[in-house]
Amino acid sequence: MDSTLESVNKAEEMAGQLAKEAGFDEDARDGIAMAVREAMINAVLHGNAYDPDKRVNLSLEQNGREMIVTIADEGKGLEPEEIPDPLAPENLMKQSGRGIFLIRAFMDEVRFRKLEPGTEITLIKRVPGTELDRQEAST
Amino acid sequence: MTMKASTRQVDGVTIVDLSGRITLGEGSVVLRDTIKDLLGKGAKHILLNLGDVSYIDSSGIGELVSAFTSVQRQGGELKLLHLTKKVHDLLQITKLYTVFDVQEEEAAAIKAFSR
Repeated sequence: MDSTLESVNKAEEMAGQLAKEAGFDEDARDGIAMAVREAMINAVLHGNAYDPDKRVNLSLEQNGREMIVTIADEGKGLEPEEIPDPLAPENLMKQSGRGIFLIRAFMDEVRFRKLEPGTEITLIKRVPGTELDRQEAST
Repeated sequence: MTMKASTRQVDGVTIVDLSGRITLGEGSVVLRDTIKDLLGKGAKHILLNLGDVSYIDSSGIGELVSAFTSVQRQGGELKLLHLTKKVHDLLQITKLYTVFDVQEEEAAAIKAFSR
């Protein structure tokens, strides 16, 4: 996908649609769509910096038990552990820095992988009531 | 869906009726420009009616925070009115719900501004 806002909007829409097909309820669907939007913003804006020569790779899949979204950019890379906690009092009134926090809030699992160059983020949400969800609940 | 903002005056309070999505790009810019314009005109009491705002992303949250601090810096007050459940939940998880003065009734919100 191009490094544009249109791609962000398109990915969000696709994620919402797939989440519906996977059987998530409305709240979960909204959360997934928002997490994908935020991850796409990171890729397009912070990663590729709207560079028309850089692409974002988006992969969405669902198998009835979980939904897995992978987004990869070609940017300068991201150090997730270095992102300040947006809930800390000194960061609460900052204008930015809430994207990754929101992604983690809405998804069950979030993984980062360094690329050369770029960052790949994998977002996983389990469908409630399935075996995968029960395993997660018991751990 | 684009975001729209219209303003009206009630008892010295500028009410901004927002509708649509406050997201990266157009929505955030509309909010930023509206607040900038109002502060330029000397508005001190600003009430953002979010009743028809269906969605806010992290950029929109940042814009709300920025609006709040800009108005405060000019010696004014900014309050929020009619949050939808989605926006309410988002402000809760980002711990901003208690930072903003969130009002449920327009008349009570107007009275709540200090004069």
